[in-house]
Amino acid sequence: MIPGAFEYHAPGSLGEATALLARLGPDAKVLSGGQSLIPLMKLRLATPPHLVDINAIPGLAYIREDGGALRIGGLTREADLEESDLVRRRYQLLFDTCKVIADPIVRNLATVGGNLAHGDPANDHPATMLALGAEVVAVGSGGERKIPITSFFTGPFSTALKTDEIVTEIRIPTPRPGSGGAYVKMERKVGDFATAAVAVQITLGAGGVCEQAGIGLTNVGSVPIRAEKAEAALKGKRLDEAAIKQAAQLAAEAAQPAADLRGSVEYKKDLVRVLTGRALRKAIERAQKGD
Amino acid sequence: MLVKVAINGEKHEADVEPRLLLVHLIREVLRLTGTHIGCDTTHCGACTVLLDGRPVKSCTMFAVQANGHEITTVEGLEQDGKLHPLQEGFMAEHGLQCGYCTPGMLMTSVAFLKKNPRPTEDEIRWAISGNLCRCTGYVNIVKAIQHAAAKLQGGA
Repeated sequence: MIPGAFEYHAPGSLGEATALLARLGPDAKVLSGGQSLIPLMKLRLATPPHLVDINAIPGLAYIREDGGALRIGGLTREADLEESDLVRRRYQLLFDTCKVIADPIVRNLATVGGNLAHGDPANDHPATMLALGAEVVAVGSGGERKIPITSFFTGPFSTALKTDEIVTEIRIPTPRPGSGGAYVKMERKVGDFATAAVAVQITLGAGGVCEQAGIGLTNVGSVPIRAEKAEAALKGKRLDEAAIKQAAQLAAEAAQPAADLRGSVEYKKDLVRVLTGRALRKAIERAQKGD
Repeated sequence: MLVKVAINGEKHEADVEPRLLLVHLIREVLRLTGTHIGCDTTHCGACTVLLDGRPVKSCTMFAVQANGHEITTVEGLEQDGKLHPLQEGFMAEHGLQCGYCTPGMLMTSVAFLKKNPRPTEDEIRWAISGNLCRCTGYVNIVKAIQHAAAKLQGGA
């Protein structure tokens, strides 16, 4: 399959890239890892007249803790998250997630910034970032701004990014002691989108009482979903089996899946209930272990 | 657009359209046909090559993106007329039937064994999970990779 013709730009700096994007407007798409965009171009579902390749811009790929947050450069490859000791030790939810995105070869090129900027509710990072309360840093021709993840996804394949903005960093608050997370994904095979997946991040306080809870749902709606009622039901409670069951039920009610080859609406909603329970139990176990 | 790449240590230049996929540069412009095109949809991994040492699916990258980078294809595995231990392993353990997925399997495995010289069976299966074999030959592919790992460790 041959993509439509386009003009290729490979700016060497962020300033050059955003100026190009500002000039080209909606005619341009940002090329990051390309693992979602290029398949769409090959199917001619996307035919951008201009591609602005950001891979030659230095300083956009890094993983570090700084100022109370994990900072991930927009151009960081999924494979680098997977190989990061820091991520594996301290950010289990993120670690779980990056291991099940597409397949190992795709993860060598696919980027975290691209996964979010693509705005696909079937992608895995959106739910995880919702559960983690992340913040997206974007730079455009007018400067830098921070976008809370809760207002980042505006519709199917749409985000709050302006046409001249590039995702430069994702910030995840450093977990407090007593925190744990897990991502549980049901997929038909490696490389498939989730039939459904659930991201959970919790913080347990004194006596095992839940102080904070984040729950994100993958591929069960036209946008990534934050299961707010389920989160609220957990806060202030000891997370026993009854509390887990109630939250799982509320998460299932928050899902708005469409029937497709992967399953019916009823099946997917029930899957969300089951996966939420599993993710919660795993997150609790990890929080109690304190690692 | 002019693209300069080093493939298997040899420098190449080609004037290409930006929309030309890397796999087409490799196969049709440079005539290195060891790299295969399977699904053409980023699933099967038959087109896997190494980009600066990392396996990538060459059907999901534009040739212009490889400008200034080093690429290794299956043709680059044999050295001085001697097969790579992985190629020997695939031969010895019957790691292929039709052979279509083999170049991709080999390239993924080369990079994997460099990172993880003593893998478990599970780790091997995880590593090749982006490469599909439709002859259902995974059992022997895993054995072939184990064969090569042992040989590279000097144990075969």
